[in-house]
Amino acid sequence: MIDRVRGALLKGAMAAALAVALAVSAQPSARAEDPIKIGFGIALTGGLAAAGKAALVAIQIWAEETNASGGLLGRPVELIYYDDQTSPSTVPGIYTKLINIDDVDLVISGYGTNLIAPAMPIVMSHGYVFMGLFGLAVNERFDYPYYFQIMPAGPDPRADWSRGFFEIAAAQTPKPVTLAVTGADAEFPRQALIGVRQNAEEYGFEIVYERTYPTSTADFTPILRAINATNPDIVFVASYPPDSAGFVRAINEIGIKAKLFGGGMVGLQYSAFQSKLGSMMNGIVNYDFWVPEPTLDFPGVHEFLAKYQAVAADAGIDPLGHYLPPWAYSYVQVLGQAVEAVGSLDQTAIGEYIRANEFQTIVGPIKFGANGEWAETRMLMVQYQGIDDSGLEQFSGPGKRVVLYPEAWKSGEINYPYPGADN
Amino acid sequence: MLNAELLLNALASGLLLGGFYAAISLGMTIVFGQLDIVNIAHPAFIIVGSYAAYALNDSLGLDPLLAGLLFTPVFFAAGVVVYRVYHAAFEARGAEALRGLVFFFGLLFIIEVLITLTFGVDYRLVDAVYIGGALKLGPVGLPWRMVVPFLVALAMTLGLHLFFKHSFMGRAVMAVAQDPVALQLMGAKPVRIKQFAFGIAIATAALAGAMLIVIGPVEPSMGRLYIGRVFAIAVLAGMGSIPGTLVAAIILGVAESLTATFYGPSWAPAVAFGILLVTLAVRPAGLFGR
Amino acid sequence: MRHTGFWLGVLAVAALLGVVAPYTIANEYYFFAGYVVLQFVVLATAWNILGGYTGYVNFGSAAFFAVGAYSTVALINAFDPPMIVLILAGALASGLIGLATGYLTLRLRGVYFAIATLALAIVLETVIANWDYVGGAGGAFVLRPKESPVFDKYIQYLFVVMLGLAIVAVAIARTIEVSRLGRGLAAIRDDEEAAAGAGVPTLRLKLLATTISGALMGAAGAPYPYYVTYVDPASAFNLSYAVNAVAMPMIGGTFTWLGPVVGALLLGTLQQVATVTISSELNLLMVGLVLVAFVILAPDGIVGLFRKLFGRAPRR
Repeated sequence: MIDRVRGALLKGAMAAALAVALAVSAQPSARAEDPIKIGFGIALTGGLAAAGKAALVAIQIWAEETNASGGLLGRPVELIYYDDQTSPSTVPGIYTKLINIDDVDLVISGYGTNLIAPAMPIVMSHGYVFMGLFGLAVNERFDYPYYFQIMPAGPDPRADWSRGFFEIAAAQTPKPVTLAVTGADAEFPRQALIGVRQNAEEYGFEIVYERTYPTSTADFTPILRAINATNPDIVFVASYPPDSAGFVRAINEIGIKAKLFGGGMVGLQYSAFQSKLGSMMNGIVNYDFWVPEPTLDFPGVHEFLAKYQAVAADAGIDPLGHYLPPWAYSYVQVLGQAVEAVGSLDQTAIGEYIRANEFQTIVGPIKFGANGEWAETRMLMVQYQGIDDSGLEQFSGPGKRVVLYPEAWKSGEINYPYPGADN
Repeated sequence: MLNAELLLNALASGLLLGGFYAAISLGMTIVFGQLDIVNIAHPAFIIVGSYAAYALNDSLGLDPLLAGLLFTPVFFAAGVVVYRVYHAAFEARGAEALRGLVFFFGLLFIIEVLITLTFGVDYRLVDAVYIGGALKLGPVGLPWRMVVPFLVALAMTLGLHLFFKHSFMGRAVMAVAQDPVALQLMGAKPVRIKQFAFGIAIATAALAGAMLIVIGPVEPSMGRLYIGRVFAIAVLAGMGSIPGTLVAAIILGVAESLTATFYGPSWAPAVAFGILLVTLAVRPAGLFGR
Repeated sequence: MRHTGFWLGVLAVAALLGVVAPYTIANEYYFFAGYVVLQFVVLATAWNILGGYTGYVNFGSAAFFAVGAYSTVALINAFDPPMIVLILAGALASGLIGLATGYLTLRLRGVYFAIATLALAIVLETVIANWDYVGGAGGAFVLRPKESPVFDKYIQYLFVVMLGLAIVAVAIARTIEVSRLGRGLAAIRDDEEAAAGAGVPTLRLKLLATTISGALMGAAGAPYPYYVTYVDPASAFNLSYAVNAVAMPMIGGTFTWLGPVVGALLLGTLQQVATVTISSELNLLMVGLVLVAFVILAPDGIVGLFRKLFGRAPRR
């Protein structure tokens, strides 16, 4: 009788084991149809919409490519996104919906500090890895270990932003002495100016003019004149697109005595401004993140740009797409690579992996530091050289935006001093 | 740091800027000052003017100010239509000014979105021969980019002033502003006259918009930045006074320019509106008002 | 509505949303969305006290809201007080600003007041953009407390706070409406000169309305920094607050306390839904079109339409 019971038990055990095995093996194939959802808010309307739409196209290109080559962890990738309207008050609601209702597996951020910050508490309380798209020092107050910023500012973003400008200035002989600083009354310029003050002290420049201006300023000639009146050797400007255009025109119209001009002028990287301002930009030394110089020819970047440019014209976004799109592609590329490497959607594991490893992306090698910023800065300082008024074509290749700093990516020599500085 | 050259240049810049400010405010003076209609959407029409000029400049290479001029009849017609709707919905029904206000507010947003849907949100700039160079008069340097719109604004002001003072239609508008009932008794139709004035006001937006995009880049939501300035100038001018608009605009332009040059540009908007608040408190009829 | 009926209704709403909901609805999203809608109920009700009851249009609602938000930022930097103090401080600050603006311009025609509120918004934005203590143009980070008071999740706490404010605002509006103050304001709205001639202390009443309206808007702004975490002048002074504060009462009906509530609930909810569905330029187009359509076709708002269809003429 014992044998019969044992026999029955054995059969039961085998049947159970078989059932479990079937169940377990059945699940992966059901999950294979089940997409991995990546959720985010992005500016499709409002002030940052031009950049937001371009970023969205880049992210979509990544998603298509990923799906074409088998998906992530063998599952198709699905993007779930909402328009944050460039308004911070929509962001908490959007990310709560994404996480609580849409059940997204991964999240990435929108574009810009004031659209990334409102999502932080929500993302943190649910323990998600958060890839950031161009926010300045967002993690300072939160100190979240799984926040990663794709902007290559460096470990001390405020100071690293302008460091290149001052390195270049300090390297000239005779070394310039006086510095004029100006910027818009807005988030990025204010932050950048804090870094400028730090750098001015570190590199030994004397600030002779330091004023900010309201973003509604229509005419920049009075400001430029006031700057000229203080006779600065170098001028650092942290401006937003319309102001940058205003400054470029003003320095061509009334002239400037400084030997080095530029630094933090947003907008001169956009196609619309490059094609219209043309030769007026020559000589200005300005920041950029990626330019088509031979030293920055990373694997995949030109293929990506080709795909982007094919759809850009119809989508009404920046036709060349050199500024934000490669980075929008990269921040989700890093996330995807981490997920594949870890082999699961465990946020802690993914977060730890990103912290510990270096990634090869279309914008080159990326390694994150302790606070989620880049371990080493790759803020480029480029000088606009040899630009004529023929239009946009000339910017699609090398030679017009020469990289002066950092040393590792340098692609040419500076024209110093700024043309006409000796008048 | 008060040196003479800086001061002269600041005054000159303020003057040129003031001319431009006058151009964008003339429409408001007519509509608000003379017709007592609070058209908050006026800056949105100006932005439409900017994009219209951009469209012709980009596709045909036409000078933007010329493009603006060519569009004035179209804008005039649009103004007439808007007024007809406004009149039928509000004035004819005797509704309080509050509703008309809200109507124009809604219009402001609708126009902004339509521009965005048509042109996208990117900044637009124009090409013109006179952008990039400057006129040098001794120590004073005047960018042509500011001078040419200033001259056009002067022409506009002069033209409108003469029109309202000496032409039949112009004087009829002034009459309607003062006493619509008497006008009706004399056989003229106030509605026709008002509609004409509104059309003229929106027509100025075509030209003002062209000036705006000559001076700097434009994007669809920029109209909101100008709402306050335009009202401030219309009020400071004294309701309905065309020459007053030019004077008030120049005062504002110079105030902004001096503050930006000597004190700190950050305070320029506050100074401008401080002037407005003080005017309202001290002499609400404005400089040239009755 | 009779008094008891009103207060019973308030109690029911408070119980349902303030007690039942946080303990039954687990999904945070509804509280985030609900917070914004309730915030607009307060703003619309506050606006209507001056706009609908008195007939003076305020285009600078964003300024009063932002002052409330920034007073919170300033106080948190100073000594981190409890929420009730922040709300009272915000109300005080905005109320005083309302009083000052009113004092400067309410002797003049209504339209000058409207323009002054626009100018005020710009001046205040400039002042705050230059005030480094609250972050200036660079913005300020406000971190939520680690522990959530009373409720499980912090957003539920914020939601209930805003619910409380909404109830207070509506109660104040209704009290004004049925009181002597309300009748005085209505007299001013209908014909200010006649009212003055009849002995109504017009300036005093107008100042009172402006102050109360401003104070309520400031109170609505006070918890905002905790909601959004990062406050910067450009977003806090956003024109959309001004537009919504005007549109919601207009759509709901300006002659009664119920109008702004209906308008805010409707338009606010619509906007929240649209944000996570349509999600594009059409959002803003919708606000504009709805506003214009209502203002032309249904000047007494939804509540007015309702009353017309079901008997009573709108109480003017």
